[in-house]
Amino acid sequence: MRLILEDGTVFEGQSFGAPRNASGEVVFNTGMTGYVESLTDPSYAGQILVCTYPLIGNYGVPDKKLFESEKIQIAGLVVSEYSEQYSHHDAKESLGDWLKASGVPAITGVDTRALTKRLREHGVMLGQLSNSKKVGKFKDPNKENLVARVSIKKKKTYGNGPIKIMAVDCGMKENIVRSLARPEATIIRVPWDYDFTNDEYDALLLSNGPGDPTRCVATIEHIEKAMRDGKPILGVCLGNQLLALAAGARTYKLKYGHRGQNQPCLDSQTGRCYITSQNHGYAVDTKSLPSDWGEWFTNANDASNEGIRHKTKPWSSVQFHPEASPGPTDTAWIFDDFLKAL
Amino acid sequence: MKLPKKVLLLGSGGLKIGQAGEFDYSGSQAIKALKEEGINVVLINPNIATVQTDHGLADTVYFLPLTEHFATQVIKKEKPNAILLSFGGQTALNLGLALEKNGVLKRYGVRVLGTPVSTIRDTEDRELFVKRLQEIGVVTARSSAASTSAEALKAAEKIGYPVMMRAGFALGGEGSGVVKSAEELEKKLPGVFRSTPQVLIEESLVGWKEIEYEVVRDAADNCITVCNMENIDSMGIHTGESMVVAPSQTLSNAEYHSLREIAIRTIRHLGIVGECNIQYALNSKTGDYRVIEVNARLSRSSALASKATGYPLAFVAAKLALGYKLTDIKNSVTGKTTACFEPALDYLVLKMPRWDLAKFENAATRIGTEMKSVGEVMAIGRSFEEVLQKALRMLNTTLDKKYLTGQVGAYLDEIRYPTTNRIFAILGALRAGISTRKIHDISNIDMWFLDKMRNIIEFEKKLPRSHLGRETLTRVKKLGFSDKQIATAKKTTEEKIRALRKKLGVLPVVKQIDTLAGEFPAQTNYLYMTYHGTEHDIVRGKNQIVVLGSGPYAIGSSVEFDWSCVQALKTLKANGHQTIMINSNPETVSTDYDMSDRLYFEELTLERILDIHDFEKPYGVVISTGGQIPNNLAIPLQRNTVRILGTNPKNIDRAEDRHVFSKLLDELGVDQPAWAELTTPAAALKTAEKLGYPVLVRPSYVLSGAAMKVAYDKKSLFEFLQRAVDVSSDHPVVISKFIENAREIEIDGVGAKGKLAIYAITEHVENAGTHSGDATVVLPPQRTYLETIRRAKHITKAIIKKLNITGPFNIQFIAKDNHLLVIECNLRASRSFPFVSKMTGYNFIDIATRALLGKNVAGEYRTVELDYVAVKSPQFSYSRIKGADPRSGVEMASTGEVACFGDSYSEALLKSMMAAGLRLPKKNILISVGGEESKVKLLSAMKTLSAMRFKLIATEHTADFLRANNVPCEKVYKIGTKKDPNVSTLLERGNLDLIINIPTRAFAGETTDGSTIRRKAIDMNVPLITNRQLAEAFVTALAEQKGNGLKTRSWDEYRNS
Repeated sequence: MRLILEDGTVFEGQSFGAPRNASGEVVFNTGMTGYVESLTDPSYAGQILVCTYPLIGNYGVPDKKLFESEKIQIAGLVVSEYSEQYSHHDAKESLGDWLKASGVPAITGVDTRALTKRLREHGVMLGQLSNSKKVGKFKDPNKENLVARVSIKKKKTYGNGPIKIMAVDCGMKENIVRSLARPEATIIRVPWDYDFTNDEYDALLLSNGPGDPTRCVATIEHIEKAMRDGKPILGVCLGNQLLALAAGARTYKLKYGHRGQNQPCLDSQTGRCYITSQNHGYAVDTKSLPSDWGEWFTNANDASNEGIRHKTKPWSSVQFHPEASPGPTDTAWIFDDFLKAL
Repeated sequence: MKLPKKVLLLGSGGLKIGQAGEFDYSGSQAIKALKEEGINVVLINPNIATVQTDHGLADTVYFLPLTEHFATQVIKKEKPNAILLSFGGQTALNLGLALEKNGVLKRYGVRVLGTPVSTIRDTEDRELFVKRLQEIGVVTARSSAASTSAEALKAAEKIGYPVMMRAGFALGGEGSGVVKSAEELEKKLPGVFRSTPQVLIEESLVGWKEIEYEVVRDAADNCITVCNMENIDSMGIHTGESMVVAPSQTLSNAEYHSLREIAIRTIRHLGIVGECNIQYALNSKTGDYRVIEVNARLSRSSALASKATGYPLAFVAAKLALGYKLTDIKNSVTGKTTACFEPALDYLVLKMPRWDLAKFENAATRIGTEMKSVGEVMAIGRSFEEVLQKALRMLNTTLDKKYLTGQVGAYLDEIRYPTTNRIFAILGALRAGISTRKIHDISNIDMWFLDKMRNIIEFEKKLPRSHLGRETLTRVKKLGFSDKQIATAKKTTEEKIRALRKKLGVLPVVKQIDTLAGEFPAQTNYLYMTYHGTEHDIVRGKNQIVVLGSGPYAIGSSVEFDWSCVQALKTLKANGHQTIMINSNPETVSTDYDMSDRLYFEELTLERILDIHDFEKPYGVVISTGGQIPNNLAIPLQRNTVRILGTNPKNIDRAEDRHVFSKLLDELGVDQPAWAELTTPAAALKTAEKLGYPVLVRPSYVLSGAAMKVAYDKKSLFEFLQRAVDVSSDHPVVISKFIENAREIEIDGVGAKGKLAIYAITEHVENAGTHSGDATVVLPPQRTYLETIRRAKHITKAIIKKLNITGPFNIQFIAKDNHLLVIECNLRASRSFPFVSKMTGYNFIDIATRALLGKNVAGEYRTVELDYVAVKSPQFSYSRIKGADPRSGVEMASTGEVACFGDSYSEALLKSMMAAGLRLPKKNILISVGGEESKVKLLSAMKTLSAMRFKLIATEHTADFLRANNVPCEKVYKIGTKKDPNVSTLLERGNLDLIINIPTRAFAGETTDGSTIRRKAIDMNVPLITNRQLAEAFVTALAEQKGNGLKTRSWDEYRNS
């Protein structure tokens, strides 16, 4: 099997997933654990994921209930050394079998460090996993509305507490639901384009999701409308970008994004630094923020935006994943604070 | 943030098992971090062979014992504003706690930097620790102390069987073990209570995984985990005895991050500022965990984590101790990103312990909860198979053939009851077709690791029948096989496999360790090689010189060689060269990120050095500073067209080859002890007869026990040849005349184009026969005649000329009645180079390295006429090596060394012995001297002790002798007797301050009361002297120094006096 990049670079390897071809945007993630969570994270929809950690598959694949969505979301997987043998008390099957059953191709034996450096230098590129010598068409997933593809199709409600949280699912990871779930809360999970503004709710949550935020026109409109009510809003990842767009700011595409579990983010107010889990290709342009908004977090490595906060209204959002899974749990307090304020 | 002006840093002293070279690394980095802030640094560390005690690092260095007394004197004199306790291992931590407790720190206004003392106490005191963790709901192993059988049974019932029973106050874990039922416990308890008043009943964690996290926290509460590590060997085997991988391999995301979260929560709650290590037991069936311990200081694990990730932990910890925030510090690898992040690895590392128990007769090879290993290696690669095979090669040990052809039962025994050879037994068992499941069941090693090991063995089996095409070769190299292994399987040579590989283009690639998996560009010089890649991260360098490191620390090859390598790197750099360091030992300073221009953390094998050489095409290679491993590579490297700097390898070989060197000495008219090489036991016995007993026997192949032996008669020689060695034409044995009552002197020096450039002459306190590494060494010589010195120098000059030496060398002599015999000549830096360099004030390695570069190093060096005396003492680790007889012999047994200065020989000797752990006696001294000659020779010393009002207690014959010579003493009976007082009851009562026990035959094996006394002395922590010459020197020094006071003077004060 081969991985072909749009610049013509070819990496040879062996197939260990489904025996089919795939096309997508090639991105790398530097996490050393958490492949199950990443593969099922809807934010990866349309992407061929490169794991920089060389050994993947070590602890197999657990029961579905531990996934971040019901299925594998990535278009394809690239690793250096797939571990055929796996060992874990939670494991139900091997990564390879899971990929095969899910129809997702995967390649092993690739110099993922060389590949990562190429992506770093050129920026993310389109690519394809191919079993044949022929080069197919490169498909840019960002040209389609990925959010529509991964969002929930029908409204779903969790819990029956007095506090009603409207959670807009743009490709929401299950652990956001798990993180919000508590006796006092009801979570109403709605599709990305659902107009919730006339529904009864106490606070709004904007989820993570894949692709270019500017494509979520309907969601942005609904957020703008909701802002008029002044109810609390918390955005996560894509939610950060959507909130910024609704506030009138701009977003842009990062050269190669942030995908990993070691991204340091500084709280602009306290100076405290948190290690965060991230998976995003787009970012909020801080300079474009209206004057009544401030930056909540910044990336300690490249100073890009990691969260915004309204100066007077209870609206805030973060670019990283406080729900972790995969990754560090340092910022789980963001959900606690959000709920406590209600 | 107010920076202190002057900081006292406590070092860790001589290398011991459990506390080795890693603290030279942490201390050196701390000094650099402080110096960057313009802080004046005062260091106390008697470890002469460390880089941290070098000129140009700390402002003031004290080579003094790390005791309350001397530390207090230094504080009084230097008046530091602050002190660092966490960079010198447990020694520094304990000393710091004592200084705080006795009020010295408060009295002199010395602030403790970093983690507060109260926090350190919380982590050191088991009860406090458990309580503090309970406050935040963090779970520790349940434990309960009991002083009656009823209490113990009740506690066990509550905890639930199986339980771990530990005898309180018992030494060496005697009486400890897993108990499965109440019946079993009931049966065991009476016996245990006979030897101890208390037992601990603990929850059994046997079989749980052992996981560690390295945590860093600043005073502003920023907290990160730099690395996690998974022990391949499960709970029950000390982490220092375990194979360890980083990052963890079998933990799911949920497990990894839940343990990480607990680590951060715990460290915040405890209030640690700087670096610490937290250890967990993790139940692989339930995901349940227990916190085992927190080390509130830099540790061996943190040194490993630092080398594994490239994150400069000790440097950062020092900055944080000063009050900096993590966010104030840059990631020194990228130069751009922040230090407040967690490294992402795109490779894995495997650490493997290096044991050296073969050096000790009777030492138990079982491994368990106590550390016995003396060193370690770290392999970096991109598959588990690759790092495992790399690590096994890095150990530089020869594989005992029994692990290739042995019995399955024996393998299974060694797996079930782990020994130092467990990994070889596992591989042996796999070779014999034992299932990984079965091995898992008896070892609790995770199936994942065992499956990977099986991959290696399966390929190894297929290899002889495989066609070596490009694909197979690539596969086999990815599995970590060396060319030599492939050659053995294919019945060809390493050279041919290498040539084939190169022809087919199967070559390793160079990868960088950049702390963030390629996410940002990095200026890192930290490199490794792997076959799991298609592209080099770097391009070939220019004007480079390679320095080969020492590999793992082992007995006889320790931090001294790391020191020498570091000096060589410095000099090469100062002379305008780019430097490449190759080493495999994570406990070293030479592998620090700022020591060389390029660091290859790699195997010191011919294959790998040639791989690096092929890629870098350096100007030349320095093989003479890293000890015997690089020295042995001189000829093979030269044969492969590598330019060896300095003495021609052919001449190195002439010095190494006994026959050639002996002939050479004959030509020079230089004497040597008579010797012969023999291939049958009968011939050996005949030769011994001819040479006259005692004889020194050196086999070339050892079956068990120590490799060298002194035989005093035919019987013991015969027994030794029968029991311990294989004598054949393949494995000849060398027998030489053992010269008794002779002194040993050494010359360390540098040659330049066949001329002597500089030399230092040292003298052993102990007579010849004590291994030079175990000897107490004096500089300048105190008892050697000037004439002898002159003659030694002449011989040295002749040898240098004959071998056309350029670079470091060491020659050992025996001096008897003014007659000199050469016993050894090494054309490389020796163990004593740091000692002679620091004591004379001339850096011998700097001079040697300049000589290697062809510079003119001739000069006037004053190395004999000194205004002070320096003494180097061996540091032993007998307390860790159960069963070993703690006395010096022809085999080296010490694990480290210390050295101190004095205005007189006696002052330097006492300080040095104290620095190696000896406490000066206050009252009671037990004396047991074997043999008439020793008794007579020691009489005057005994009289001196008596005159000094020490109470002498002597064993039967010694007591009779002393009384007959009017030396008052108390008599004790032999251990075997039931009479009271006997030695055993005396020792257990614990009121002995010193034991002087001189064996009858200095170097013969004996199992008598003597060995029991010596072993007990170690186990009861009573100072022990076993050498007659050392005993005499010690007593003389004690008498001389009485009331004189040992001075607290810095290195500079001696040097400038």
